[in-house]
Amino acid sequence: MRHIISILMENEPGALSRVIGLFSQRGYNIESLSVAPTEDQTLSRLTLATFGPDKVIEQITKQLNKLVDVVKVMDLSEGSHIERELMLIKIKAQGEHREEVKRCADIFRGQVVDVTHSIYTVQLTGTSQKLDAFLDAVGRTNVLEVVRSGVSSIARGDRVLAV
Amino acid sequence: MTKLSGAEMVIRSLQEEGVEYLFGYPGGSVLHIYDAIFQQNKVQHILVRHEQAATHAADGYARATGKPGVCLVTSGPGATNTITGIATAYMDSIPLIVISGQVPSDVIGEDAFQETDMIGCSRPVVKHSFLIKHPTEIPMAFKKAFHIATTGRPGPVVIDIPKDMTAPSEQFEYKYPATVRMRSYNPTVRGHAGQIKRAADLLMKAKRPVIYAGGGIIQGNAWEPLRELARLTGYPVTNTLMGLGAFPGSDHQFIGMLGMHGTYEANMAMHHADVIIGLGARFDDRVTNDTGKFCPQAKIIHVDIDPSSISKTIETDIPIVGPVDTVIADLLGVIAEKHLKPDAKAVEAWWKQIDEWRQHHGLRFDEDECEQIKPQRVIRALYEVTQGKAYVTSDVGQHQMFAAQHYAFDDPRKWINSGGLGTMGFGLPAAMGVQFAHPGAPVACVTGEGSIQMCIQELSTCLQYQLPIKIVNINNQALGMVRQWQDMQYGGRHSESYMQSLPDFVKLAEAYGHIGIKVTDRKDLEPALKDAFGKYKDRLVFLDIYVDRTEHVYPMQIKGGSMRDMWLSKTERT
Repeated sequence: MRHIISILMENEPGALSRVIGLFSQRGYNIESLSVAPTEDQTLSRLTLATFGPDKVIEQITKQLNKLVDVVKVMDLSEGSHIERELMLIKIKAQGEHREEVKRCADIFRGQVVDVTHSIYTVQLTGTSQKLDAFLDAVGRTNVLEVVRSGVSSIARGDRVLAV
Repeated sequence: MTKLSGAEMVIRSLQEEGVEYLFGYPGGSVLHIYDAIFQQNKVQHILVRHEQAATHAADGYARATGKPGVCLVTSGPGATNTITGIATAYMDSIPLIVISGQVPSDVIGEDAFQETDMIGCSRPVVKHSFLIKHPTEIPMAFKKAFHIATTGRPGPVVIDIPKDMTAPSEQFEYKYPATVRMRSYNPTVRGHAGQIKRAADLLMKAKRPVIYAGGGIIQGNAWEPLRELARLTGYPVTNTLMGLGAFPGSDHQFIGMLGMHGTYEANMAMHHADVIIGLGARFDDRVTNDTGKFCPQAKIIHVDIDPSSISKTIETDIPIVGPVDTVIADLLGVIAEKHLKPDAKAVEAWWKQIDEWRQHHGLRFDEDECEQIKPQRVIRALYEVTQGKAYVTSDVGQHQMFAAQHYAFDDPRKWINSGGLGTMGFGLPAAMGVQFAHPGAPVACVTGEGSIQMCIQELSTCLQYQLPIKIVNINNQALGMVRQWQDMQYGGRHSESYMQSLPDFVKLAEAYGHIGIKVTDRKDLEPALKDAFGKYKDRLVFLDIYVDRTEHVYPMQIKGGSMRDMWLSKTERT
């Protein structure tokens, strides 16, 4: 099953490599990863999408907690949560197809953020599934380039991941 | 406030931590530190002959004392040579501080001479590591390093210090921190009271209980509470390879080591148990055999300081995270408070069964028809001659298993071996660390002609510091454990397991300034050992003992089976 794990860690050089190293060393999967400092500059927040049986996910959270640079770990998938990913996508946009791409972007609430005579660059946010769906909708053969941020996620309601 | 250079801060920090010995090897990046060592006499530096040996010696010191072992090496190859030693300590949860030199900070990343990314190289095998980026960081980094290495589940910590951080020309204010607080590192100090109550109830209702105790009992200084629990309940106790000595080996309640080469009675008792309490042991693959067939009737209580050890391989019914000493003490408290009593009748019947199993095999070996010395006999003779009081280090292989099976360790910290990583070459340098820790005590290094050659250069260190270690070289002219597996699983095809062109170990020992004794005849075994520990008490003695080349270690669990599936001899299985 897919899990989204959020990690608060010391904003220190080498901290990220310890997290990444743990995953490769123990054979855990990483589907996506995003990391940046938080409002408290001494802390970084890392959001990691992974998949595996419950037993493996339990080990992942335990092993993450063991890392000295890791302050807190939360498996967001254990409760209700909001999940967003940002995608920038360059799409061929010529002739009739040009309108179709624009319509599609509108339907998905994307924005065209750059235009040439033959290309639209679209910005889109949403769950990873929504981004996948957009790629299917515009037709993958028309896609020239894609960059995705990896998942960012936050729990709904009272659950807070903070020090 | 005192002003010190970074190099002086390193040494002062070690002094503050009460470090007696620093095992190391100099080189370009650490010369400032070596100059600071020269100008003081509180921390004694021990010059090894290879950096790997520095880590094993510091590790041996740590295992024998419970205090952290410390080593100092230079950058590049000096640092990479410590990796095996760090990994060894990591797998066995040994507190170790490795200080490595690094190239000056302005050339890091430029492939400078003797540059290696030590933080990166060591990352998978350390508990934590520090790269010093300013000399003023040194005291706090050391304070944290010692704190992290010795608390929670102990482990190795690397401190990587670029050369410019230790320059004698630059001095800074120095104050060693009295305390350390880290928001991201707070090991559990007490077990969960509710879980302990549940555990007490389950444990005291058991009809076929086993206390399964591991290295955590020793690292966590919990042998007294363990012994109290065993005495109070009357339950059988088995120790893991790492836990030998946690419970007295000569006690009737001790049913021997368990696992791959565990005793018949220990493995049978585990398999048939209805309640198993794992204390500071991690249900590793050398214990459990096939995890799917592990102890089918048992409810499992697992006490461990490391939450990730719990339910990692075997599902636990009652997990308790906490230091094993306080958890057992709390458990005893609950038992006393609730007046819980063991089921005496059931336990008596259980012991009857266990004693039958004990009679069935009992680590027998057949030496009557063999003219040669049996390796098991060597260990038994060593036990007799040292009256079971020696510190015994070992390397890895058959000799290690024979030592574990046949030397009954009554005290903790006496059996020192690389159980987790299985590092050949560990024994001799570890024995050096033990001998430094306990200068007057008998120290034996049980080894084989394969393992000993992996760190043989340390014979030179032993001469320099007059370490009277007794090397018991169980010489079967083969990589015995490899050959045993080849005999059992590869149709007897001895691929590269024969040790050809062995040196004359007696001459070798003599060349290093020690005493060498070759033993080939059974009648010479005991006298040679007596000489080593008597007449030559103050000298290093290398006993090169030729043994039966064909011997295997039994019992041996059958791969893919349960704990009770064992070979008991070359022809007999359960």
